[in-house]
Amino acid sequence: MSSRRSRSRQSGGSRITDDQIYDLVSKLQQLLPELRNSHSDKVSAAKVLQETCNYIRSLHREVDDLSERLSELLATTDSAQAAIIRSLLLR
Amino acid sequence: MASTVTNPLPNPNSDRSRRKKKKSTIQDNQTNQNHSHITRWKSEAQHQIYSSKLLQALNQVSLDAPSSSARRGGRAVREAADRALAVAAKGRTRWSRAILTSRLKLKFRKQKRQRGSIVASVTGGSRSKKPRFSVSKLKAKSLPAVQRKVKVLGRLVPGCRKQPLPIILEEATDYIAALEMQVRAMATLAELLSGSGATSSGSAPPSLPPPPPTRQ
Repeated sequence: MSSRRSRSRQSGGSRITDDQIYDLVSKLQQLLPELRNSHSDKVSAAKVLQETCNYIRSLHREVDDLSERLSELLATTDSAQAAIIRSLLLR
Repeated sequence: MASTVTNPLPNPNSDRSRRKKKKSTIQDNQTNQNHSHITRWKSEAQHQIYSSKLLQALNQVSLDAPSSSARRGGRAVREAADRALAVAAKGRTRWSRAILTSRLKLKFRKQKRQRGSIVASVTGGSRSKKPRFSVSKLKAKSLPAVQRKVKVLGRLVPGCRKQPLPIILEEATDYIAALEMQVRAMATLAELLSGSGATSSGSAPPSLPPPPPTRQ
């Protein structure tokens, strides 16, 4: 089978099987908040990928909002309080 | 099983067994490494490590530009947080390495070209858009829609623009777990800062710190 031969050559040493891909996709699906409860049989790969993209974008947006908030807070807080918080965090 | 993964926790076995009980999915030995990588992001110790790194990075940011505008400061905070996240990943994943070297890429473009050629030679070199393997279970693997989504996903995860599908999936899994931890740590930090800012007016003496109200 030529397809199998090309598959083994491209993976660079490690065989990528269909089961491995299925495992990866299902693992990704478990991480997504919306698709965690639905049955894995009914969810197509395209939907998992779409939800993954949306989730990563929303996480990016959340990080951006939090960093904006943190920058404003840091501007008003002096370094002494930051040292206090650091000591609290490293408890 | 436990010796393959270098864990920052003092008791990796107990933590992983605790995480296993919470997780309902059963992972076999092959995927156990990835599983422990992902649950690593949910551990409390990793949270603390990242928070301390983040705080150090943020202190540097605030020292460099104390009176910067909100937009510039926000961008700097985001980059510092991403860098701290990549350092916390210990460079084991592609996205963390890509974040750490993205600053170097601006100065040394030769590195990027070399990395690109190395990646191409490792993965065989055939970069045609044809699907390389047919997955009957996924049912839609060969569709161009799936290919397009995979490309979009590869652009979202740093350092995965030209990687094949399984690598993108693996990187995305770890990246999502790391991002969730980043959001949790930054939210906690923001609450701490806003909480301490509200209780103390102006410059408070550092000898008597008020306990954070929301943490407990």
